Amino acid sequence: MAVVFERPHALIDVPTHYCPGCTHGIVHRILAEVIDEMGIEGDTIGVCPVGCSVMAYDYFNCDMIEAAHGRAPAVATGVKRTNPDKFVFTYQGDGDLAAIGTAETVHVATRGENIVVIFINNTIYGMTGGQMAPTTLPGQVTQTTPFGRSPQLAGYPVKVCEMLSQLTGTAYAERVAVDTVPHIKAAKKAIRKAFENQKAGKGFSIVEVLSTCPTNWGLTPLEAIKRLQDEMIPYYPLGVYKDVEEGVFPAEGGNE
Amino acid sequence: MERNLMKGNEALAEAAIRAGCKCFFGYPITPQTELAAYMAKRMHKAGGVFLQAESEIAAINMVLGAASTGVRAMTSSSSPGISLKSEGVSYIAGSDLPAVIINVERGGPGLGGIQPSQADYWQATKALGHGDFQLLVYAPASVQEMVDYVVKAFDRADKYRMPAMILADGLLGQMMEPVSFPEINPDAYDKSGWAANGHKNAREHHIINSLYLKPDELENSIVERYKKYDIIKETETEAELYLTEDCDILLCAFGATARVVKSAVNTAREQGIKAGLFRPKTLWPFPVKEINEAAKNAKALLSVEMSMGQMVDDIKLAINCSKPVHFFGRTGGVIPTPAEVLEEIKKIGGSL
Repeated sequence: MAVVFERPHALIDVPTHYCPGCTHGIVHRILAEVIDEMGIEGDTIGVCPVGCSVMAYDYFNCDMIEAAHGRAPAVATGVKRTNPDKFVFTYQGDGDLAAIGTAETVHVATRGENIVVIFINNTIYGMTGGQMAPTTLPGQVTQTTPFGRSPQLAGYPVKVCEMLSQLTGTAYAERVAVDTVPHIKAAKKAIRKAFENQKAGKGFSIVEVLSTCPTNWGLTPLEAIKRLQDEMIPYYPLGVYKDVEEGVFPAEGGNE
Repeated sequence: MERNLMKGNEALAEAAIRAGCKCFFGYPITPQTELAAYMAKRMHKAGGVFLQAESEIAAINMVLGAASTGVRAMTSSSSPGISLKSEGVSYIAGSDLPAVIINVERGGPGLGGIQPSQADYWQATKALGHGDFQLLVYAPASVQEMVDYVVKAFDRADKYRMPAMILADGLLGQMMEPVSFPEINPDAYDKSGWAANGHKNAREHHIINSLYLKPDELENSIVERYKKYDIIKETETEAELYLTEDCDILLCAFGATARVVKSAVNTAREQGIKAGLFRPKTLWPFPVKEINEAAKNAKALLSVEMSMGQMVDDIKLAINCSKPVHFFGRTGGVIPTPAEVLEEIKKIGGSL
C-alpha cells in the first residue's frame, strides 16, 4: 500500500514533551517538511530558544544549538557569519523574542542578517506555567495578570511583524496561523518563502505563527483554536507585512 | 625576529588573528576600544569576520554561535562589559565550547572608572557566571606576553573545549612596547566529532547544549568537566619566580602590578633586604606548587594588587596559611608606586 502521509526526515521519530492540543507540533512538522522539500537538512543549523520549544534540538534532525533566553538571534548571527553557505534558523517564543531578547531581535533584523526566524506567538509564557507575555492581550488573565492584563499597569502587547517591518534590513515579515488546514498550508508556504529568501541572500525573514496554549489558557484544544480565531487574529491580523522582492542590500558591496 | 612597537590592545588583536581567530564580536568600551578598532581594519583582510554587536550580551552569544560551528572566535571588553558577558560565558562553559575572552580591566564596582584595575580577579577566577565551572585565566605583564598568551589561550581553549580569558588591565592595554610575533601554526584540533556545522547527511546530527533536566545527567556532565580541570591544575600552571631562592619576604603580584613590585624588590635588595617576587602567569589554575617553592624559605608574604585584596585569599589557601600573608593594594584606578611597595616591605621587614 502506498504511504501518503509520512513523518518528514528532518523530524526525529521521538515522542515530544508538548501538551495535548499544543500547536508546536504542527509548526515543527511544516518546518521539517520545508527542510525536506528543499533538501537542505545536511546544510541547516537550527537555534533553539528558552521556552516550551527549548528541547526542539531533540526533535529536528539537522545540527542544533541551544541558546540562552532571548539570545538565539545573536547565536544565529555567529553561526551565519562564519558559515554563510549554511541555512540558519531560530525557533523562538514570544517571551524569548519580544521581551528578554528584544534587542537581539531588533538588531538581527536591522542588520539584515540572512537568517530565518520562526516566531511562535501564543500570548503567554508556557514553560514557566502561564505568565504574562509581551504579546498577552489586554484583559487576558494569566498567572501574573490575575485580574486581566491592564494596559495602565502592564502596557500594551508588542506587535512584532508590524514593528520589524519598519526596519530596512527586514526582507520579509509575515504573520500566519495554524488554526485551520488552509491557514496551515499558508503558514508552510510562508516558511518556504523565508528559506528561499535565505537561499537567495535577500536578508532577514521572519514568520510569526499565531499558536495555541490550551494548558495555560485553561481551555480545551478546540476552545483554544476558537480563541485564536476570535481574539488573537483580530488583534494580530494575518498577512504579509513586508516583502522586499529584490532583497535588502544593493547588488554590489552592500554588506560592507 | 622583527620587532614592532605596538600598543597592548592592538597587539592582542594582531596576535588573535595570527592565532587563527576567524571572528571577533565586540562592543565599544574604554579602555579596550583600540582592540575592536584594529580588528575592524584587519580582520576583513585576514578573511575573517568583524562585527560590532548591539551589546556585550549579543557579542558573547555571537561568539557562542561561531564557536559552536568549530570556528576560533573571540570577544573583548572591560570590566562592566565582562559582567554583561558572564551569562554567555557560563553557557559557553556549560556547552563545552572553546572561546577566548579578553578583559582589559578598569576600576569598579558599577561604572567605576576608566583607569587600570585588577579588581576583577575574583570574577575571573571564581565566578564569571552562574554554576560550577572554571575558565583558564592568563595574566600577562607585558605587551609581548599579551601576544604569547593570546596564542596560548586559543590553543588551550581548543584543547580542553573551554573558555579562556586574558586578564589584562588598562595599563597593559594602553601602553606601547616592542613585540615580535612568533611563527604560529595553530594546532588543528579535530572538531568534527562535535561541531554543529551541518551534517551533510554524513553523520548523526550534533547538538550544542547546556540543558540537562535530569539531575544525575547534569551532575555527571559537571563531574566530567571537573576531571578535566584536575588535569589542567596539574599541568597548566605557570609562574615567574624572581630572586626567591633565598628571600625572607616573598612579594606576590600579577600583571602590570608585578612590574612595579619587581622595581621595589630590586631596590630592597640594593638596601640589603632579601626580597623576592612570585608572579603567577596563570590565575586559574593558580600555581600552587610554584608558590610553595618560591615561599619555602620566606618568613612572610606580601600580596600587592590593584584592588582591595583578592588574590591574597588564593595565596593563603595555596600555602595553607603556613606563614603570615600581608596585603598592600591601591584601587579605583590608582597604580601603586615602587616607593609605596618598598615602604610596605620595610614595615613587614621590621616584624620578621
